[in-house]
Amino acid sequence: MKRLQLFAGIVGLLIAFSTPAKVEVLSFDTPEHEERYNKLIAELRCLVCQNQNLADSNAELAVDLRRKTYEMVSKDKSEKEIAAYMVDRYGEFVLYRPPLNSNTLLLWTGPFIILLIGVSLLIRTIRRRRAEQGINVDDATLKAASSLLDSDRDKRDA
Amino acid sequence: MTRAIVPLAGFLALAGLFWFVLGKMNEGEYNPRDVPTQFIGRAAPEFALPDLLDPSNTVSPSNMAGKVWLLNVWGTWCPECWKEHEYLIHLAERKQVPIVGINWRDDAAEAKAMLAKMGNPFLQIAFDPNSNAVIDWGVYGAPETFLIDADGIVREKHTGAVNSRVWEEKFKSYFVAEGSAS
Repeated sequence: MKRLQLFAGIVGLLIAFSTPAKVEVLSFDTPEHEERYNKLIAELRCLVCQNQNLADSNAELAVDLRRKTYEMVSKDKSEKEIAAYMVDRYGEFVLYRPPLNSNTLLLWTGPFIILLIGVSLLIRTIRRRRAEQGINVDDATLKAASSLLDSDRDKRDA
Repeated sequence: MTRAIVPLAGFLALAGLFWFVLGKMNEGEYNPRDVPTQFIGRAAPEFALPDLLDPSNTVSPSNMAGKVWLLNVWGTWCPECWKEHEYLIHLAERKQVPIVGINWRDDAAEAKAMLAKMGNPFLQIAFDPNSNAVIDWGVYGAPETFLIDADGIVREKHTGAVNSRVWEEKFKSYFVAEGSAS
């Protein structure tokens, strides 16, 4: 019973913490505006809490940047324009999905390079194992080897 | 034997890397919170905000055209700002450095009380409770200090409290060249 209560408590806490921090009540002119706004605040980083996006953070800067995003969406600025405004001021770091360029090349390709290294190592290991297991020795060779060993032992004994 | 050496060498290499990077982070390098500024070499973003001490006055970067000056973003809620306040007064009084403040996300009465108690190093203070100018300047924390040259170009930015070391390293040379401060 106690265990069940503990479990329920943990689940409750998880639910509580996973609720987005968005608290403002906003009204939008069009559903497209609302969609644009929600998409943007999900993809822009809160710079003071770094591992959260604007939607999830209640830091004051996140609140400010959400408001700025809302203002720009209300003025019918496009998603690109708003993202460009933020990048212009806070750098590409503000984007959770930075564009592919020479600075971010390793960031984008790194995981695939590591995957490639892992897969090639795996293939090599499997091939070696197979080679080790697959030693086929015919009886004649075995006999020759044992007679060699025997003759060796005989020599030592003598 | 070689089987043991490969993972051991890998471990030692990683441990060495962590040792090196964490040591550097301790000295203040590789700071993950240090967002590289976008503004160095760019024209200072314009704003027009009411003066904290005299709301009928408008504070604007263009007022400072032709001068080398500092723009300091502060708030009474920011402990680092309290720390640097004394040094800003020193800069303003002893070195005649023109400093314009942006009072950010603050209560006007509290901000005035702080200045009354600790002194006022600012020529003018833009009152920005809604982060309008602050977002335009790409500020994400306080205090932040920008140096703007006589052509209105942002030349330096410092995140965190200004002290004598920061002054020597980042700002001093611009004023010596101007001959307006020593």
